[in-house]
Amino acid sequence: MSGVLRLDDVTKEYPRTGVALKNVSFTVDKGEFLFLTGPSGSGKSTLLKLLSFAERPTAGEVKVSGFSSATLRDRDIPQLRRRLGIVFQDFRLLTDRTVEANIAFALEVTGTPASSIGGKVGRLLTQVGLASKATSMPHELSGGEQQRVAIARALANDPFLLLADEPTGNLDERATRGILQLLREINALGTAVIMATHDLSLIMRSGYRYLELDRGSLHYDGTDARTLSRHQ
Amino acid sequence: MRLAFREALLAFRRTPLMSMLGITTIAFSLFAFGLFGLVALNIREALRLVEDRVEVRAFLVDGTSEEAIAAALGDVAAFPEVREVGYVSPDSALARSREELAEFRDVFDASVLPGSLEIRLREGFRDPVTVQALADRIATYPFIDDVRFGQEWVAKLYRVRTLSVLAGTGLGIVFALVAVLIIGSTIRMAVLARAREIEIMRLVGATNAFVRMPFLIEGVLKGALGGALAVGLTWLTHTGVSRALFETVFFTPAQASLGVLAGALLGFFGSLVSVGRHLRAVWKDA
Repeated sequence: MSGVLRLDDVTKEYPRTGVALKNVSFTVDKGEFLFLTGPSGSGKSTLLKLLSFAERPTAGEVKVSGFSSATLRDRDIPQLRRRLGIVFQDFRLLTDRTVEANIAFALEVTGTPASSIGGKVGRLLTQVGLASKATSMPHELSGGEQQRVAIARALANDPFLLLADEPTGNLDERATRGILQLLREINALGTAVIMATHDLSLIMRSGYRYLELDRGSLHYDGTDARTLSRHQ
Repeated sequence: MRLAFREALLAFRRTPLMSMLGITTIAFSLFAFGLFGLVALNIREALRLVEDRVEVRAFLVDGTSEEAIAAALGDVAAFPEVREVGYVSPDSALARSREELAEFRDVFDASVLPGSLEIRLREGFRDPVTVQALADRIATYPFIDDVRFGQEWVAKLYRVRTLSVLAGTGLGIVFALVAVLIIGSTIRMAVLARAREIEIMRLVGATNAFVRMPFLIEGVLKGALGGALAVGLTWLTHTGVSRALFETVFFTPAQASLGVLAGALLGFFGSLVSVGRHLRAVWKDA
C-alpha cells in the first residue's frame, strides 16, 4: 500500500507555550484507520492542525497526498483541504440552517455546480443514516445525529483522508458506537481515517493501529492494545 | 459571485436587527461627519461672500485728465489680481455718499470728494500681502493721491479664514477618525457573528477570495445604505435650519455622492480587515 501521509521528524513550537510536538515521524497508508491518543495537551490537536495545514511545523516536513509543508503556498492550501474531511468534537454546524443546507454549503463554497448539489446531499444523508432529517434544524437533532451531519459535510468533497478530532467526546456510549461504525464504513470505502480520542476502550476493541503521544513525543506506534492498558 | 450575493443578502435576512443596527451606526457616524462638513461649508461660503467685498480704492489727484484715467483703467484691468476696475467720478461719489449717509446729506459738497478707481480682486488674491503689493503698485501712478483698502479689516478677515481652515481640517480629521473607528467596530461585530461560517468555509477548502466576497458585498451595501441615510439626515437638517433660522447652502450632488461612496468604501475596507483577521486565525481546539 502507498503512503498518503508522512511526517518526517516534525517539531512544532509555539512562541508562548513552547514545544507542542517533538521529533514526530510516522506514515499512514492509503485507506488505513488510525487512532491518535494521549493525555490532554499531549499534542493530538496540534498534530491534526499540522495535517490540515492550519499550522506549519517549526522543523521537519509534513507531507499529505503530495502536498508538502516545505513547499505548499498558503493560497494553495484550499486545494488540499478539498481533499480532506475534518470533524470536531463540537460538530461546528451552522445552527441557523437545515441539515441539508449545512451539507450543501460545503459543496457550494467549493464550486460544485448547483445542478449536482441536491443529489449529492441526498446520497450523503443516506450514507450517514439521516435521509429523513434533511429539513431538520441542527438543534432538533441528538448529539450523535449532529455529528453524523458534520461527517456528511466532511465527506462532501470525497476526501481521501478524514481527520476526526475527538468526534465522540460529547456523545454517550450508544452514539459513540454508532459514529465509530459509520467511520469504519467510510474507511471500508477507501477513505483513510485518523481519529483522535481519549476513549481507550474504543482503541482496544478495534484492534486498529494507534499512535500514543505524550508531552509532544510519539510514545507508541503499533497495534498492541496491552501497551495501552499499561498507560491507562 | 451569485452565491456571494445570496450569502450577503441572507445575512441581512437572518439578522435584520443587527444589520439595521449596523446601518444606523454607520449612518449616524457619517451624519455627525456630514453635519460638521455642512457647518464648515457654510462658514466657507459666508467668508467667501465677505471676501468678495475686499476692494482697493485709489483716489485720484484733482484734475486728472480723462485720457490718464482711461489709460489707468486699461492698465489696472490687465493686472492678474484684478477682477474688475471701475471709475467713480466725484459726482457719482457724492450721490452715493448722500444716499448711504442720508443724515449728513447737507454737508457733502462736490468739491470735497475726489474721483477714484474702484478695484475688485480675484479669488486667491485677497490676502493682506497681495492686496498691499497691489496698492503699492497702483500708488506709483503720478495722478494717484492715496490708496486705501481697509488694511486692518483685510488682515483680520484673512486670520479668521486661516483659522477656520485649520480648525476645519483638524476637526474634520477627528470626526473622520471617529467615524472610521465606530464603523470598523460595527463591521467587526457583524463578521464576528459569522465567524463559524468563515471557519467552515476554510475547513472545506473555500478560497480566501471566495470567503471574503459575501462579507465585502455586505460591507459595501451596509456602508452605502448608511452613507445615503446620513446624506438624507444632513439634508433634513439643512432644510430645517434654512426654514427656521437662516439660509444655508447644501453639498453639491457630487459632494453628496462622495458621502455615499465614503460609506461604501468604509464598509469595504472595514470588512476586508475584519475578515482578514479570521482568515489568518487557526481554528480552535475542539
